[in-house]
Amino acid sequence: MSTPADASSGSPPGLRVCVDLNLCQAYAQCCYAAPRHFRIEGHEALFYDPAPAAQDRADIERARVACPVQAIRVEDPGQAS
Amino acid sequence: MAQGSTTERAVVVGAGLAALRGAEAMRAAGFTGPLTLVGAEPYRPYDRPPLSKHVLAGEIRADATTLPSSLGADVEWQLGRSVTRLDRESRTLHRADGGTVPYDRLLIATGTRARPWPNPHEGRLSGVFTLRGRDDAAALRAALAAGPRRVLVIGAGFIGCEVASLCRQLGLPATLVEPGPTPLGRVLGSTVGAFIGAILEGRGVDLRHGSEVEWLEDEGGRFVRAHLTDGTRIDADVAVIALGAVRNTEWLDGSGLSADPGGVDCDAAGFVLDTDGQPDPRIAAAGDVARFPHPLYGGRRVALEHWSHAVMQGIHAGQLLAGAKPEGPYAGLPTFWSTQGDVVIKSAGLTEGADAVAFTQGEPGSGRFIAVYGRAGRCIAAVSVDSARWLPAYAELVAAGAPFPPQGAAADRPSKGIMVLAPGFP
Repeated sequence: MSTPADASSGSPPGLRVCVDLNLCQAYAQCCYAAPRHFRIEGHEALFYDPAPAAQDRADIERARVACPVQAIRVEDPGQAS
Repeated sequence: MAQGSTTERAVVVGAGLAALRGAEAMRAAGFTGPLTLVGAEPYRPYDRPPLSKHVLAGEIRADATTLPSSLGADVEWQLGRSVTRLDRESRTLHRADGGTVPYDRLLIATGTRARPWPNPHEGRLSGVFTLRGRDDAAALRAALAAGPRRVLVIGAGFIGCEVASLCRQLGLPATLVEPGPTPLGRVLGSTVGAFIGAILEGRGVDLRHGSEVEWLEDEGGRFVRAHLTDGTRIDADVAVIALGAVRNTEWLDGSGLSADPGGVDCDAAGFVLDTDGQPDPRIAAAGDVARFPHPLYGGRRVALEHWSHAVMQGIHAGQLLAGAKPEGPYAGLPTFWSTQGDVVIKSAGLTEGADAVAFTQGEPGSGRFIAVYGRAGRCIAAVSVDSARWLPAYAELVAAGAPFPPQGAAADRPSKGIMVLAPGFP
């Protein structure tokens, strides 16, 4: 069967992040927890990095937990879940 | 179908958001049999909303959008394979490459594709783009990065408006051509659409409403200018065709299922219907391609192209196929968001059929407000513009079918009260 075209090779697998922007209400707690990966543009438009590097997992986890509406989902292939 | 059966084979056709969440839900609900996802694109499921925004802006790469997933190694991926035919009698899927995939339980989640420009030759010109998938976004990003003289966007639906706004953020001249009287008129009506138009124009978008592109001029295989029906010419290096989506149902021709370009029909539980209106208990559908009777809207059949709907209905269908008994019909409140540059538009409910719209909070002219849509004296939808924290309260009114105009709204503007207007649907 075909191999996913974006399968990682060599470097440790990065994280996958997805924010439910229906839920997001721009409380911006993620921006304080992980300022290099989340920011608010204008009044309430959230920009986030959907593919952070594995070494940033502590920041990303802090952001996930800090979200008041629990809108952040993270997959961390390098971490046993 | 017994829950937890290991002998039955489950197949998901499609590998987008609804397919992924459906497959995850099947596993989470205890289905332990073989599970295969067949996707036409060569990629694991990825998130589309960033494609028309930060991918086009060059801030994230198209291949960074792969979705987080809980699926493990006990799932088979057949990617870059399209399914061309469904034979329900032998429970077999036929692929374009001649291969076959047997199933006992099937989730249809083939979604939509971009509606092409009606003239195929013009649509293939260098510089003409549609935007639906990852590859589309990467190609359009490269064209925008090359610094076009002007970007022409044809169609002022959500994608068209997002692309036009994004071009302005990048400092690119952008013209948005829309036959209707305002942007987003079909979804929001022209009353609210006019305020969105003002926001776009405030960001420097050259908005041509009431206009139509007649043809795209070819100069040595390149798009160089568009000719409008009123004789106007617009010189541009890039044209983005944003005329909405077509549902991927052709592969169901001959299957005996009730399907057409508007979707594949499902019953209230989520099982697909055959042409006699009978449900096939082995097959469910979810996401953009599934047309189902929505209990919140009197059982009107709708097919919704919304992100959260793909998630909710995908999960519902996955549980159904795993053998879980649904507590009731699928009844998720339709919601969406759209980011136009740095302006966020969110909605709860369906505006279709509205006979009135009320501005209940904020000031439309200020660019931050709530509009509530009513039909026959009930709230049927609410839209927020840069006012997302107010929306959940209105979503509750919509879900409850509360009286329209809503009581006690406009607490922030007691002197003005609620403005109730005609919504301006075509």
